[in-house]
Amino acid sequence: MSALLQLEKVTIRFGGLTAVSELDLQIGAQELVGLIGPNGAGKTTAFNLITGVYQPTSGVISFAGNPTMKQKPFQLAKHGIARTFQNIRLFASMSVFDNVRAATQLHRARGIRNALWRGKSFRHGEEKTAAHVVELLEIFHLEKFRDEPAKSLSYGDQRRLEIVRALATKPKLLLLDEPAAGMNPTEKTELAKLIRFLREKFQISILLVEHDMPLVMEICERIAVLDYGIKIAEGTPEEIRKNPKVIAAYLGEEI
Amino acid sequence: MNLGAKRLLLVAVLASAVLEIFQARIDPYYVDVLTRIGINIILAVSLNLINGHTGQFSLGHAGFMAVGAYTAAAMTMFAGPHVLPANAPTIVVMLWFLVALLAAGAVAAAAGLLVGAPSLRLKGDYLAIVTLGFGQIISVVFRNIEPLGGALGLNGIPSYTNLFWVFAAAALTVYVITAMVNSTYGRGFIATHDDEVAAEAMGINTTRCKIVAFVIGAFFAGIAGGLYGHFTLTISPRGFDFTKSIEIVVMVIVGGMGNTIGVIIAATLLTLLPEGLRMLSGVSPSLHWIGESRPLLYSLLLIGLMLLRPQGLFNFRKSARTKT
Repeated sequence: MSALLQLEKVTIRFGGLTAVSELDLQIGAQELVGLIGPNGAGKTTAFNLITGVYQPTSGVISFAGNPTMKQKPFQLAKHGIARTFQNIRLFASMSVFDNVRAATQLHRARGIRNALWRGKSFRHGEEKTAAHVVELLEIFHLEKFRDEPAKSLSYGDQRRLEIVRALATKPKLLLLDEPAAGMNPTEKTELAKLIRFLREKFQISILLVEHDMPLVMEICERIAVLDYGIKIAEGTPEEIRKNPKVIAAYLGEEI
Repeated sequence: MNLGAKRLLLVAVLASAVLEIFQARIDPYYVDVLTRIGINIILAVSLNLINGHTGQFSLGHAGFMAVGAYTAAAMTMFAGPHVLPANAPTIVVMLWFLVALLAAGAVAAAAGLLVGAPSLRLKGDYLAIVTLGFGQIISVVFRNIEPLGGALGLNGIPSYTNLFWVFAAAALTVYVITAMVNSTYGRGFIATHDDEVAAEAMGINTTRCKIVAFVIGAFFAGIAGGLYGHFTLTISPRGFDFTKSIEIVVMVIVGGMGNTIGVIIAATLLTLLPEGLRMLSGVSPSLHWIGESRPLLYSLLLIGLMLLRPQGLFNFRKSARTKT
């Protein structure tokens, strides 16, 4: 199986601090992988490396066979990497509809000339985009909030809207940064279902950073564990549950 | 904006032409005020693209206006006599004025690119300071170019600006900016305003958005400058200083960042304000001080607005954008 995303000995240093050290990670097509670790272990930094926010100090990251270094986040988004954020980053002044619409523009060939001329192809394009956005919103039952300001949604709905927005970029790989943070048990159960559904419906790979152990153990096929920037273990949920290093570093007790 | 937008633009341009036909019958004082209103609408709406929709804080709009004013004046005063035959019919002269205005916009847009491209990596206050510096530099440069009149500026610019040109240009400005913003493409500007990191992650090239906003904003500021020069018939570097930039920024803030209709209303009211004050101070000698109090009023207005209605006086949307 050729990997969709491949990290080889990826290291990043901030001054004297090595935030991520020689990280090897592979994600295959339509795989659901979890990345866990204590606070400050470098999970979000790993995310930022994959999405091009940070450049690795050394090592190679490749996506679909092409190295991703020196590419900006918006270019990587075009190649098919989408993400959500740990602390929700919706476009606060826009409606729910426009939040998703803004994320569709990367697949449109012509922009400004079309928008100014407002000819037939512009109208067709806008209609197609609107239909696509509404379809996405319907899948996630957010259609009824279509024209509400994004920030007026409930917390759980805002999280889901972030996922919808990421999906609007038509990704091959979706990175979810602590999607369950701040959710109640019912919402978490829903979320687990949703993530599985996402993979089936959109045929994408998912990398999940999460603190919520039961959730990660339940849905991920493979889990990598980071501690102080170093990958200390990788394996199936069963293997991770039994790994003494992981228990010592992160779980503290058996779960 | 719906499908009739292009038709609306046409109607507005025709209305400007009709207005122009009646210009001779309107009291020159009102023609003067209307012209100022039109020019200020162009300036405020174009700055609104940069400061309001895209969320960049530019204090250099008067600088772009100066570039346009000098370019257009040079085209009609210096190049005009060489290009146009003596006793050229009015239509030809007016076409040359159109060329001069477009050149004014183009040169100002080039200046916008020149300033924008290297400095747009800066954010917020830092960008404001760079654009402020740009405004000062422009002023100093023009003060030292002797062929352009140096500190005295240019006098005897031909009187080409009329109500048609002003309101047709204002209509075009409003059309271009609203059409651009109200599209899937245009959501990129607002996304850049709301959250740059998220916008980048969603595949929006925020640097490009900012540069486009700067270039288009500068283009229309240049046209406004060209109209202004051919209206006052004399321009000097002092007329395009920091105070002028602030005046435009105030219009955008009063109207509500990113709210085009509000900004148009604000530009109109703030142009009328000094006229009203002047009339008031003329009523009796004891009220004379009111005419001099414009800067004071502006400052009080800004302070009051920031405290009471930071989203702008004319912004009634549920999700008011208060962030700069």
